[in-house]
Amino acid sequence: MAILQQILFVAALATAAWFLIRRAGLIRRAIQLGQPENRTDRPNERFSIMLRVAFGQKKMMTNLTVGLLHFVIYVGFIIVNIEVLEIVLDGILGTHRLFAPYTGALYPFLINTFEILALGVWIVCVVFLIRRFVTKVPRFQPERHREMARWPRTDAALILILEILLMTAFLTWNASDSVLREREVGHYGELSTVGTFVVSQFLMPLFANWSDAALVACERFTWWFHILGILFFAVYLTYSKHLHIVLAFPNTYFSDLKPKGEMKNMADITKEVQLALGIAQADPNETPAEPGRFGARDVRDLTWKNLMDAYSCTECGRCTAACPANITGKKLSPRKIMMDTRDRLEDIQRGWQQNGPEHDDGKTLLGDYITAEEINACTTCQACVQECPVNINPLDIILQLRRYKIMEEAQAPASWNAMFSNVENNMAPWKFSPGDRFNWADQVNP
Amino acid sequence: MNTETNYQVPTMADLAAKGETPDVLFWVGCAGSFDDRYKKVTIAFVKILNHVGIKFAVLGTEETCTGDPARRAGNEFLFQMQAVANIQVLDGYGIKKIVTACPHCFNTLKNEYPELGGTYEVIHHSQFLQQLINEGKVTLKGGGAFKGRRITYHDSCYLGRANKVYEAPREVLQALDADLVEMKRSRTKGLCCGAGGAQYFKEPEPGRKDINVERTEEALSTGADTIAVACPFCMTMMTDGIKNKDREDSVKVYDLAELVAQAQSL
Repeated sequence: MAILQQILFVAALATAAWFLIRRAGLIRRAIQLGQPENRTDRPNERFSIMLRVAFGQKKMMTNLTVGLLHFVIYVGFIIVNIEVLEIVLDGILGTHRLFAPYTGALYPFLINTFEILALGVWIVCVVFLIRRFVTKVPRFQPERHREMARWPRTDAALILILEILLMTAFLTWNASDSVLREREVGHYGELSTVGTFVVSQFLMPLFANWSDAALVACERFTWWFHILGILFFAVYLTYSKHLHIVLAFPNTYFSDLKPKGEMKNMADITKEVQLALGIAQADPNETPAEPGRFGARDVRDLTWKNLMDAYSCTECGRCTAACPANITGKKLSPRKIMMDTRDRLEDIQRGWQQNGPEHDDGKTLLGDYITAEEINACTTCQACVQECPVNINPLDIILQLRRYKIMEEAQAPASWNAMFSNVENNMAPWKFSPGDRFNWADQVNP
Repeated sequence: MNTETNYQVPTMADLAAKGETPDVLFWVGCAGSFDDRYKKVTIAFVKILNHVGIKFAVLGTEETCTGDPARRAGNEFLFQMQAVANIQVLDGYGIKKIVTACPHCFNTLKNEYPELGGTYEVIHHSQFLQQLINEGKVTLKGGGAFKGRRITYHDSCYLGRANKVYEAPREVLQALDADLVEMKRSRTKGLCCGAGGAQYFKEPEPGRKDINVERTEEALSTGADTIAVACPFCMTMMTDGIKNKDREDSVKVYDLAELVAQAQSL
């Protein structure tokens, strides 16, 4: 029986690892579709941003209540996973609470800590479900934000419910195990000195009338449910908005270090402008480079960091809640820009899997996912960039899409075309004579 | 230009002809040059510069659009044509330091020209005014007209989030002895007036409401009778918002430079 469980466990572990590695490879390839961009300069500064923003959750704390609630899940998740180490080793070796005999009084202390955190995670997940589905925090509601309809809503609910189930399983496992230890049933009795635990002791009375056999079944079921749930969770993550728990760290490390107001320069254009203005001479030996695409039409035109941003987004909607265009009812939602980018990447992946790596479904990010109406509504106010707790930059994508729209398709709203022509001919965005530019000085001394 | 009040507006061409260089170039910007409302801000700032005796100059008719609205709309060619041409003019005069009252010009000159070869010390007029106050060159103690007046400050995106200038404008207002009240969304959370990203130059996309109206309502809810701005486009958007709310008789929109000039009776 024990050996059968060990074989099953190793098989489950291997299956999860296989799926996980395959998904990680696909996501990596998807991110690498993006254009190169150097984000490895100033490593000390980057490391410090990662420590503060991802590890220390600095930007989550701007709303202290929610920030602290999220912090409980975050710490709980990291610390409770220490216990997973023991569970995995027990599963492989066919042991039971492998660390208990070696760690003495430290063992109950550790388990007690895990239990308190597990209870915290349980409570916060319930609070988060209530916020999302009962008190209806506006930024999560599909009635107000069309990108939150269907799958994103289900995804969020599934994650929270799964976490509640996992924590329930963990505490129930400890409770049934404690009763078995007290009754000194079989090998459970060998650890009778471990005692009961701080949270699960309150669940023990539930098992008072259970037979030993039923208790063992409960202990085994909850143990298996917990660890299989965690393995499922790990694979599910890669399909879910919840991937932020992994990508928040690299994504903040590779943050944009420039001032928020600075737009990326297009060096290809600088060369042409300098030639046009006669500042630089064309190098006769240089073979003219194949002109690239100006701006971005699809994910391949964006940078790898834009694409990592898309996979790091957990759809919290702080960006959209701060977006002046969205607040006033325009179609633009920075969160949707990120979700569309990720959806586009996932659709490309699906194409690879179904039709080989050269498959082209003929779709593009701009047009099939994001419309001109959305990107035209952006005021470039950087509120979305400011708000993102993991330093995602939706604005950078919007501006690259605009560049494509203007420079490749020449499709600007008519009044923008008028503005361009004024800047070009009158040296100001309005149709004033450049010769009148200094007339204001006549009014200085009335 | 020499009248009895005798405010001077020297151009770079004037100074260069005399073989002189200014301490700072005042970059007026298109709105400061052409927009009737913002011309008053330009004039107020010029009066302050005269008053404190700073050696400044303007480019006059040699100044052209920085290219910011073209770049934000997606027209990188046009932006770079403007930028490279402007850099030639600025470098031709050996400009080292620039002050401007427009946060969009400020951001573009400061952050975006260096990559195209134009590197200058660029400061916004709010920072410049704060320095003058701190150095005692402009004294506003007693505050006069603004003492105790309720003023709210609207953060410009390209000054605040884009360049983290949050305190300088507020310190200028505090020096007026005014009762500075904050809107619910301020500093890093400040709500855009709706003009940025070249929105100023087109009709907004369909929606429930105009952004400037949303922001104006927030400003009005503070009970302030003065909305202080530090950007020509915020100025227009907030002024239009006040008109939309039929409050133009009781609530005024002023730029920081105008408030300082008024407090000094310039």
